[in-house]
Amino acid sequence: MDAILLQILNGLDKGGAYALIALGLTLVFGTLGVVNFAHGALFMLGAFCAVTVNQLIGLEQVTQDPTQLTPWGTPVEIREPYIVSWLGDTGLLILEYSVPVSILAAIPVMIVIGLVMERGLIQFFYKRPHAEQILVTFGLAIVLQEIIKTLFGANPLPQTPPDALRTAADVGVMFGFEPGQIVYPWWRLVYFLFAALVIGSVFAFLQLTTFGMVVRAGMADRETVGLFGIDIQKRFTVVFGLAAVVAGLAGVMYTPILPPDYHMGMDFLVLSFVVVVVGGMGSLPGAVAAGFLLGILQSFASMTEVKSIFPGIDQIIIYLVAVVILLVRPRGLMGRKGVMEG
Amino acid sequence: MVEFFTPSRRGVLKGGAALGAGLAAPTIFSSRVWAADYLNKPMGDTVTFGFNVPQTGAYADEGADELRAYELAVKHLNGEGDGGMLNTMKPLALTGNGVLGKKVAFVTGDTQTKSDAARASAKRMIEKDGAIMITGGSSSGVAIAVQSLCQEAGVIFMSGLTHSNDTTGKDKRRNGFRHFFNAYMSGAALAPVLKNAYGTDRKAYHLTADYTWGWSQEESIKNATEALGWETLEAVRTPLGAGDFSQYITPVLNSGADVLILNHYGKDMVNSLTQAVQFGLRDKQVNGKDFTIVVPLYSRLMAQGAGENVKGIFGSTNWHWSLQDEGSKAFVKSFGEEYGFPPSQAAHTCYVQALLYADACERAGTFMPCAVVGALEGHEFDGMGNGPTLYRAADHQCFKKVLVVKGNENPTSQFDILEVVQEVPVEQVTYDPAIFGGDLGECNNGA
Repeated sequence: MDAILLQILNGLDKGGAYALIALGLTLVFGTLGVVNFAHGALFMLGAFCAVTVNQLIGLEQVTQDPTQLTPWGTPVEIREPYIVSWLGDTGLLILEYSVPVSILAAIPVMIVIGLVMERGLIQFFYKRPHAEQILVTFGLAIVLQEIIKTLFGANPLPQTPPDALRTAADVGVMFGFEPGQIVYPWWRLVYFLFAALVIGSVFAFLQLTTFGMVVRAGMADRETVGLFGIDIQKRFTVVFGLAAVVAGLAGVMYTPILPPDYHMGMDFLVLSFVVVVVGGMGSLPGAVAAGFLLGILQSFASMTEVKSIFPGIDQIIIYLVAVVILLVRPRGLMGRKGVMEG
Repeated sequence: MVEFFTPSRRGVLKGGAALGAGLAAPTIFSSRVWAADYLNKPMGDTVTFGFNVPQTGAYADEGADELRAYELAVKHLNGEGDGGMLNTMKPLALTGNGVLGKKVAFVTGDTQTKSDAARASAKRMIEKDGAIMITGGSSSGVAIAVQSLCQEAGVIFMSGLTHSNDTTGKDKRRNGFRHFFNAYMSGAALAPVLKNAYGTDRKAYHLTADYTWGWSQEESIKNATEALGWETLEAVRTPLGAGDFSQYITPVLNSGADVLILNHYGKDMVNSLTQAVQFGLRDKQVNGKDFTIVVPLYSRLMAQGAGENVKGIFGSTNWHWSLQDEGSKAFVKSFGEEYGFPPSQAAHTCYVQALLYADACERAGTFMPCAVVGALEGHEFDGMGNGPTLYRAADHQCFKKVLVVKGNENPTSQFDILEVVQEVPVEQVTYDPAIFGGDLGECNNGA
């Protein structure tokens, strides 16, 4: 029982990341009709926003100690972050909370990146076939990851959560289990809650605001909305920026779970694309539901008991589900009738 | 009526051209081979080495460090710089004037840490650039693939960082040589230290990267720890580059295991270790003992990625820059002066391999691969950072001291991540070459 609960928790935080990326991916497809293979790169760029903020906050003052020499004869360098020498304990606290602080920086940065990406490149491919959209966005993703590799190197760059969230929570006690029976990292629980909050906010924005209503109307019938004199394209561009922010924030908060490297976007992209297909291309609730569903299924498939019956199932479960869905219900779990069914 | 063949002017010209090309073909396409008694025999005043390292992909930083070391080695071989380990290497036939009077030049290839890409770049360096020797790499899969290619082509392969037993075991080749230690040696070196630190009554859970190196290390560490009396509860294979290992770590929590052994390297090691610590494994008490984690193969460059999580965790390594023997000090000084930071173990093994190959050519008096093989087989040397070392003739594996290291609890600099706990003597890590099978076969001159 405890093993099952642990894998459900695993699936929820993993599913949270899938859902956040897939949400933006499907939002862009639903509004602009673009299959954006650079969406994983936005997740990666968000993660590197956190790295950059951490590096900026942690900028060090380097002094040399002539009394100590390195093995190659130069004085040993003594390093201390400027922020600590200026602000003392407050500086240490800001350093400790650099990942949550990065969210503040990531929002405007990701909006700008999203708008530049859409206006600068993707808008020219709206009327081109999906294959060309995929090629150009995939190429863009490769360019972005190579830029990041040049700037930050190929090795993962670990980001630490605040000290209070570095350990594991005794989740089992809350459900009547023995102490220590079900423990789960605090930060992963925070990530799940954060994902739920962002998803809820996006839905609220689309359901409860006039802007969201227009966007939804545009998704349903772009031409009719245009006949009302509304510049739907401008709103869709904003939606692209919103999708970039959602992916970026998912990346920022994921850095303490997975030390970011230049390739992390590509690792998530394929899975998220499958999530969108399973959920239904263009369906927001479908993307979220499929994200969590596949996250949980993937976790269960990794259990030793399951793998002893179906060896290697953990590697293929997501794709197996996608194949079954495409065969049985090509429009996905919650996809609109006719999409992918032609 | 009989028609006779009456050649036209154009026909004669075409035929002549075709005949000429046909006659010239053997010399055009294989002049390098047939003009010499071995492949890529250096004809001018330079000899070309091929440095095949990961310049892109997950191990690009390690590859960059390897390349730095090779460039330093070339400098020293050509008599530039302070000479580095040429000042401490014993015996030494090199004179600091190139190799056999020829200046060393080099070409580079990008393995991308993919076997097919590594073979393609090695092939290009051999066929187009005329490389006499190929060296480098940061993965056992790549090393085995390139070693096999060099054997077929007829050049020497001096492997870089490769830790699988197979490289000098079942996949060994006469033209291939490994200075780096292997998984068996890691197990043999680590076991007594683990026994002292954690006792003989332990239950281990392995997470293993699912490819040749992972299997090899899992087997070696299992054998070594089970010989101590440890019980192996489970050995779970994880896909290479899994990223999030949480679904593999959660079953460890209530498995009854009190030791987690991570047979991961590179990014996988950074991720699995970081996540295992986040899951509170190091704070757990199981079977009345503190839960512990072991990383059998450490790399300082990679350990940097895992940050504070490596503190206190045991592992093994081929070499470390803090060693105080004359060879290590000379190399660290040269490397540090050139680049401003200490070399990694990958850089060390590559630098040493380049020097050993050059010295073997000098001793053999030729670059002919079979003669170089003869000079390296059974060669004993010292002053290269690991104490007296033997290039064993039976499997082309170097036998030398192995370092057991621990994540430094109180690092004094960003490079001071690992602390050398013990220099394990060579006798403790030596084994019978027959246990890993394989056959060296015949050496190949490529001509």
